[in-house]
Amino acid sequence: MSDIDLSVNIGKFKLRNPIMLASGTVGYGNEISEFSDLNKLGAIVTKSLSLKPRKGNPPQRIVETPSGMLNAIGLANVGVDIFLKEKIPFLKKYDVPLVCNIAASTVEEYVECTRILDSEETIKAFEINVSCPNVKDGGLQFGNDIKAVGLVTSKVRAVTNKPLIIKLSPNVSYISEFAQVVKNEGGDAVSAINTLVGTAFNIITKKPKLYNVNGGLSGPAIKPVALAKVLEISRKVDIPIIGIGGIMNWKDVIEFMIAGASAIQIGTLNFIDPAAPERMIKELEDYCLSNQLNKISDLTASYLI
Amino acid sequence: MLIVNSPVVETIQIHENIFIQKILSPEIAHNSNPGQFLNIRVSETANPLLRRPFSICDVEGDNIFIMFNIMGEGTKILACKQPGSSVDILGPLGNGFNLDDDFEIAVIVAGGLGSAPFPYLTRKIGKSKKIISFVGGRSKNDLITYSMMNFLTSTDDGSEGFKGNVVKLLEENRDKLDKEKIKIFGCGPNAMLKSLKDFSIKYDYNCEISTESAMACGFGICQGCPIESTQNPDKYLLVCKDGPVFNVKDVNL
Repeated sequence: MSDIDLSVNIGKFKLRNPIMLASGTVGYGNEISEFSDLNKLGAIVTKSLSLKPRKGNPPQRIVETPSGMLNAIGLANVGVDIFLKEKIPFLKKYDVPLVCNIAASTVEEYVECTRILDSEETIKAFEINVSCPNVKDGGLQFGNDIKAVGLVTSKVRAVTNKPLIIKLSPNVSYISEFAQVVKNEGGDAVSAINTLVGTAFNIITKKPKLYNVNGGLSGPAIKPVALAKVLEISRKVDIPIIGIGGIMNWKDVIEFMIAGASAIQIGTLNFIDPAAPERMIKELEDYCLSNQLNKISDLTASYLI
Repeated sequence: MLIVNSPVVETIQIHENIFIQKILSPEIAHNSNPGQFLNIRVSETANPLLRRPFSICDVEGDNIFIMFNIMGEGTKILACKQPGSSVDILGPLGNGFNLDDDFEIAVIVAGGLGSAPFPYLTRKIGKSKKIISFVGGRSKNDLITYSMMNFLTSTDDGSEGFKGNVVKLLEENRDKLDKEKIKIFGCGPNAMLKSLKDFSIKYDYNCEISTESAMACGFGICQGCPIESTQNPDKYLLVCKDGPVFNVKDVNL
């Protein structure tokens, strides 16, 4: 046992280490538990939940791109009621902080979902998805609308005392302005970034490869963009940041923390190597040891610019 | 469901663009059923990023076999693997063919690379059941009869066997299918699976098909491989976890 302290705080939300698993890449925990001891992780974030079950988009939903992938799942999920009834019992068996990600088409739906889930003690925090690029059924594109992001934050804040994280869209000019609004309206932290909007075509049929036409780009291809967005928020706004975007190994974790992240989320990598996040914990410890770092949290925003 | 690094034993080119790769992987070999699949990471680099899904083509002792054609970077890297170099395998995945049904004759219907899961099925039931195989392709170079038993062939261009698609060939031979208990096992392009489904429903045959889809993870978390369910129109099934083998009555193609 070393004396390295890997714990981090995201505002009032304390994690045993900075490794979180990102929404939409761990389902509701059961599949990933075959590869990884969930109890060792910092936190897991559920697939986006909506008030009612959502079927999601027809195929094709996934396209691989250079060093990345596009997805247009369309928020397929079981809905909050079935989640509480059928998914929570499995998650209760674990000692890993559970973050519920919520997606909705209206402000009222965000509030209602949060209100219903708030009384479940297994849920330790909320992450509000204001930035899914793949749903178009009349709902606002909240993520691009700074007033809507502020409104969702304040209304959801009013119905929960649990840590409130807003997941920001990178598809905006200045992400730090959105982070500032989240802070002003009582949000505890931001996660950055959600996927970048992208598309791909079949050059024979001239049709888009995705049924939804556009999808969200993730994977190592977006890491430099994500780092720049984290850095922008870190330099302009005093709010805890959870860094997300193309993390493939422990070095990427360190890089995000240096750029301003208090914790990080691993997403696309879970599809490829679901055992990798657990491995990284030891590797982070080794990095701290060899760099005379007693607390990994000292890395956050330690950039020298 | 395991993740293992396994060495390639050999790669054989059986057709112009079709390869069979033998991989030493006892952990996977001893736990696999016909119709299940593997999700293989061909390199540790970020490009190609995702694993590639392959049917388990055959299992012999501690070895597993996959069949593939070169479609892009991933399969090109795979085809060039030297004996002793390793592949990272996630598997075995999904549900294979149900062999506990009451049938006496297994009718295999394969189109193109859809032959991939059938050498293993043939090995598994060849001694206890009668097998009749129908193998189709666009032309004779696309016919894959590797390790198949008792087969008839069809080609779209008539360059070998029956001229026409493989389901038409099946229909032509319906007198062979009437006497005893039949179960049809199909795999191939979607258009072929659709007409096989129509055929099976028309004549009330028990029929299972192996489907394919683009996917990322292969074990249910990415939700990337939906297929329409006939039972519940409000919810998609997943090819990776609920399939890839389905009874034709359970899915809309």
